[in-house]
Amino acid sequence: MFEEVGTTTEGDIIINVGPQHPATHGVLHLVITLNGETIKKVEPHLGYIHRSIEKMCESLSYRQFIYVTSRMDYLSSHINNHACALCVEKGLQVEVPPRAQVIRVLMDELTRIASHELWWGAMAMDLGAFTPFFHAFRERESINDIMEETCGARLTMNYMVPGGVMQDLHPNFQKKVKEFMQLYKRKIHEYDELVTGNIIFQNRMKNVGYLSAEDAVSYGCSGPAARGSGVSCDIRKIYPYEIYDKLEFDEVLETGGDSFARYMVRIREMQQSIHIIEQLIDNIPEGDFQAKTKAVLKLPKGEFYTRVETARGELGVYIVSEGGTTPYRIKFRSPGFSNLSVLDHIARGSKLGDLVAMMGTLDLVIPDIDR
Amino acid sequence: MWSFSNIANNLHKWLSETFNPTMTLIIEMVLAGVAVIGLFAALGLVLVIMERKVSAWMQIRLGPNRVGPKGMLQSLADTLKLLVKEGLTPNGADKLLFNLAPFVAMIVAMLLMAPIAFAKDFQLWDLNIGVLYVSAISSIMVISILMAGWASNNKYSLMGAMRSGAQIVSYELSAGLSILAVVVMTGSLQVSDIIYSQADGWWIFKGHIPMVIAFVTFIIAVTAETNRAPFDLAEAESELTAGFHTEYSGMKFALFFLAEYVNVFIVCAIGATLFLGGWMPFHIGNWTQFNHVMDYIPSSIWFFGKTFFLIFVIMWFRWTFPRLRIDQLLNLEWKYLLPISMINLLIVTAMAILKWHF
Repeated sequence: MFEEVGTTTEGDIIINVGPQHPATHGVLHLVITLNGETIKKVEPHLGYIHRSIEKMCESLSYRQFIYVTSRMDYLSSHINNHACALCVEKGLQVEVPPRAQVIRVLMDELTRIASHELWWGAMAMDLGAFTPFFHAFRERESINDIMEETCGARLTMNYMVPGGVMQDLHPNFQKKVKEFMQLYKRKIHEYDELVTGNIIFQNRMKNVGYLSAEDAVSYGCSGPAARGSGVSCDIRKIYPYEIYDKLEFDEVLETGGDSFARYMVRIREMQQSIHIIEQLIDNIPEGDFQAKTKAVLKLPKGEFYTRVETARGELGVYIVSEGGTTPYRIKFRSPGFSNLSVLDHIARGSKLGDLVAMMGTLDLVIPDIDR
Repeated sequence: MWSFSNIANNLHKWLSETFNPTMTLIIEMVLAGVAVIGLFAALGLVLVIMERKVSAWMQIRLGPNRVGPKGMLQSLADTLKLLVKEGLTPNGADKLLFNLAPFVAMIVAMLLMAPIAFAKDFQLWDLNIGVLYVSAISSIMVISILMAGWASNNKYSLMGAMRSGAQIVSYELSAGLSILAVVVMTGSLQVSDIIYSQADGWWIFKGHIPMVIAFVTFIIAVTAETNRAPFDLAEAESELTAGFHTEYSGMKFALFFLAEYVNVFIVCAIGATLFLGGWMPFHIGNWTQFNHVMDYIPSSIWFFGKTFFLIFVIMWFRWTFPRLRIDQLLNLEWKYLLPISMINLLIVTAMAILKWHF
């Protein structure tokens, strides 16, 4: 029985899901071997949206290359920028002012909520429920408005720079964030009523796409995908950056390992993010929003690595510097790539309809996988 | 005096006075045909705009609001667009079956309109096995879907068609059994008999809890039979792109699309006829004045009101529930709905024999 799995025999159907397909949310191409409705093998084909961001970064200065990284995981662009800024600051040995640190964390957590909101809507849409998408966008829209006021952009923010943030907060920021949190608390029960508590939804999610803790570690999963299997991997807790070690929040862990556990991790993470924002929004320290840095940045010769927790998992930035104004080599460790690699493992033996749900719970963003 | 049956009778009288009997019959058949085709198109357009407005309302949107007053002509414009689009036939497709399938779907939807009583004594064909006729003809629908899926030469289409075949064949059983509950109560398969038997109260009120169970089973089963969400596995968008009509374009696609909506109308009309009294007004026991007021509302408004209420319920399902998986879908039918409706039918039979109903 075990040997049969993964081999193509007569009677199998091979279907191409993607590169243009409603379920892949981008240009992911999956070659699926099916026996009737049962999946025998899933083969992801990548490269449809490869823009060689890592190579491009080698010819851009340390101030410029951050803007390109907004286009990697476009749903958590703040956090990508943050990771790069942290890495450059590590090389420059710059101390970031407290105000900038708080602003960065606030922006990160708002981004995390916005990203999870979009995931929630898209995931419900994968399961055939259209309405949640619009309900999620209602809340996400107000986050986008907040971002637009302060950063001037709604998707690719480019707000974090080496040494702090690009400009100060908009005067309305605190008021708007508080309004958003009130809206969110008023509407969050709708999420449970509409989707989480639905019997069809629970049957579709529970005991589907099981990922054991060992497999999650060996495949290099991170973020909610691994935490749904009970693997503690929140970078904010393990290797705290900025002011995360002074904040009070829980690392969300679920032990189910199935699609529903991964779903619940994200739902609960949104509440933790709200909790973090609540602690910070009235305590933004006065002072500079940016440290004094030279106009042309030069990193000393050496290798620098930082990692942050994006909405999808661990993002690592690795810079090799030869001492010049541009990096010699840059490598990003993106969460989506490792999370995608586990898809074949968890999808084998389940039905085609479940594959879509599993892809939803892994929360794949294709430009993050390809870069 | 302006009721549908009066108009039909006067027309018949005038035709038989003017022409000889054969000519009268031919003219009447042509008129009926034109009426059915017109109703098919009109219902399709109305239901499409209704679905879009209902979904918009549930999704905090406005919906179509540009073409015509409040966007009411949007589906007309869409139909015109589809009419002028090229109807592609993919390479390697079975041309005959591929082009025939949408027409089979359309013809089935039109045939099903025959025994439906749209108003008091207004019905195309009150045949004595009306309910059986509906069950029999609606089974042909699955053939058009299988034809479309097979002939398209597309794996997604084939899978959608196979899913749909398994689904419709299964759910027909519980739909049939819940219809039988009413037939047992009434003792007749004729649609007009069933409606007149509800003059003193609709079956859903007269038949105690077993009738309510039969009604709920019926609604679930017909939602599945018409391939509507949460049972829309045949065209599961996120899995199979568009299922059995992936390769269809232009008017051939539109025929499938319209047939789906007309089928929804028909199953809701059957449901309203069997369980909610068709065109029968709502009466409460001895409240003579109240009943008198209810009688003033025209019978066609009663019929369409009930039908559109059921259609709204089915649309409500679609915009609220996620989709089931194929094995869960079949489990629901074979493990739960079918045994429940079988036992329910036994109880209803006992009730009918012992005259326990009101």
